[in-house]
Amino acid sequence: MIENLVNGLVLGGTYALVAMGLTIQYGIARIMNLAFGDLIIAACFGTFVLYSGFALSPVLALFLIVPLGFAFNYFIYQIVMRPLVARAPNSEALEVDSILVTFGLLFVIQGILLVIFGGAYTSYSYLNTPVNVLGTIVAANRLVAFVLALIFGAGILFVLFRTRWGTTLRAVALAPESAPLYGIDVNASARLAFAIGGALAASGGVVVSMYQTFTATAGVVFTMKALIVVILGGKGSLTGALVAGLLLGVVETMVAAYIDPGLTLAATYTVFLLLLLVRPSGMFGKAG
Amino acid sequence: MKQTVFILLGLAVLALLAAAPYLLSDYGTALLLGMTGYITLATAWAMFSGPTRYVSLATVAFFGIGAYTVAVLSEVLPYPLVLLVAALIGLTVAIIVGLSTLRLAGVYFVIFTFGLAELVRQTVTWWEVNVTETLGRYIFLPFEGRHIYWQLLALLVVTLLISWWIGRSRYGLALKAIGDDETVAEHAGINVPGLKLALFAISATIITLVGAIQAPRWTYIEPSIVFNPTVSFLTLIMALLGGPSKLWGPMVGAIPLFLLFEWLSANFPDHFSILLGALFIMIVFFMPKGILAKLEDLRAGGAS
Repeated sequence: MIENLVNGLVLGGTYALVAMGLTIQYGIARIMNLAFGDLIIAACFGTFVLYSGFALSPVLALFLIVPLGFAFNYFIYQIVMRPLVARAPNSEALEVDSILVTFGLLFVIQGILLVIFGGAYTSYSYLNTPVNVLGTIVAANRLVAFVLALIFGAGILFVLFRTRWGTTLRAVALAPESAPLYGIDVNASARLAFAIGGALAASGGVVVSMYQTFTATAGVVFTMKALIVVILGGKGSLTGALVAGLLLGVVETMVAAYIDPGLTLAATYTVFLLLLLVRPSGMFGKAG
Repeated sequence: MKQTVFILLGLAVLALLAAAPYLLSDYGTALLLGMTGYITLATAWAMFSGPTRYVSLATVAFFGIGAYTVAVLSEVLPYPLVLLVAALIGLTVAIIVGLSTLRLAGVYFVIFTFGLAELVRQTVTWWEVNVTETLGRYIFLPFEGRHIYWQLLALLVVTLLISWWIGRSRYGLALKAIGDDETVAEHAGINVPGLKLALFAISATIITLVGAIQAPRWTYIEPSIVFNPTVSFLTLIMALLGGPSKLWGPMVGAIPLFLLFEWLSANFPDHFSILLGALFIMIVFFMPKGILAKLEDLRAGGAS
């Protein structure tokens, strides 16, 4: 029981981390990014290559892959998203366009990964030593993954709520029309937010590759789970993403342990469906 | 007078298409079969997503449900009943999905449909492994390519007729109003959720039938074969290229793209999805409303 709870929290920590990235991209940059999970998988493979090819530890790989994720998303926003934002007459039109474009992007990234790495399940063994936590045995890599997710999550919360940068970003999320009146460059803020979201996806990828196997086609499932966590927590709510991510991780681990590992996605969907019926605005979202 | 000519012309084209398997090689028939399948999928997709602008990413979920139902039941029930059961299952799933998402903002629907195929695939796999213990099934139905083709052609004609009828009826106008502004439509006395649900259900049922009819082509069926996300993607590109808000739009997009995809998958099998994704991004960028609307714009631009 405790063992499953700990494992569930580890998994949930990663979910919370990537969902924060997605909710920043959606809430501030207003881009619904369906290629999000494929960025995570790309980061998984990046870590794998650095670890098995160059013997670089995943923790150090973070320092390379996270900035790369930031830069890549920065350019994607500038080249692909910016023209769409400029031409969209309203937020609904932008939503549809961004969904379609990132759906195309999903296939491009997935195709590139398939060409390079093939479709097989991939994993590597890093810090696979048992550690005693609260009387149960947990692999050290999971523990490192959890701590890293906490550090990144806390870091992003600090930036958003305790710095001037973060205040600017939150202002854009809250009132994109009024923000320019206070001298805020909405375009630059959206680009920054999109890049930060991408950096979080990359960090999530590095973290998840430490303790899970992954394939080039698994991006869809990650996007799906991140989306569900975002909706569960309430669109644009970081606290919501954190709580919902941990919750989903625990639910999944429990279902896998006590019912059947093949039904984890079904369990995720059930949670999602119940939420849509009871409280569509999410746990921490505003109504409407 | 003009209308009669059109109807006669349409019937002549239809007769020619129906006779095509006798005129073409087996390869030609197979090509025509695949094309008819995709035209039907794209037209059915656009029936719902065109006017309402709700992007459905669940095409292959319904397609796969249809195909898999045939795989499970083809030995047990007579063929027409199998099709009926498949259609009913597709309809039920569509109503459940529609009821839980369509009264909310469009993005919930997109998110739900995005993972639906994966959910159904994993659930079917789990069921087959744990309950029936038969992963992978064989279909032995006495159909050749042309029999499947004729069924698909008939389904396509029905789909086009439904689409045409909806476009001309009061419902069509109501749907356009929903696509333009949902709040205004609601205030004008349109039952927005009910109409969206009905349309989504019809569209999903047709897609389920396309999967069911095409199932005998594979002979051997496995969840990973029939729930292949590329099907959703292709349908979406075709409908968007042609223009989902026009009756003939999906067809105009589907014919050239189907041939292009055939060529690409034969010559660049490994890079297929990269090329596809890039092409799709181009379409969204340069022809967001589709070829037909683009042509109209050009003509209007030239005339003024």
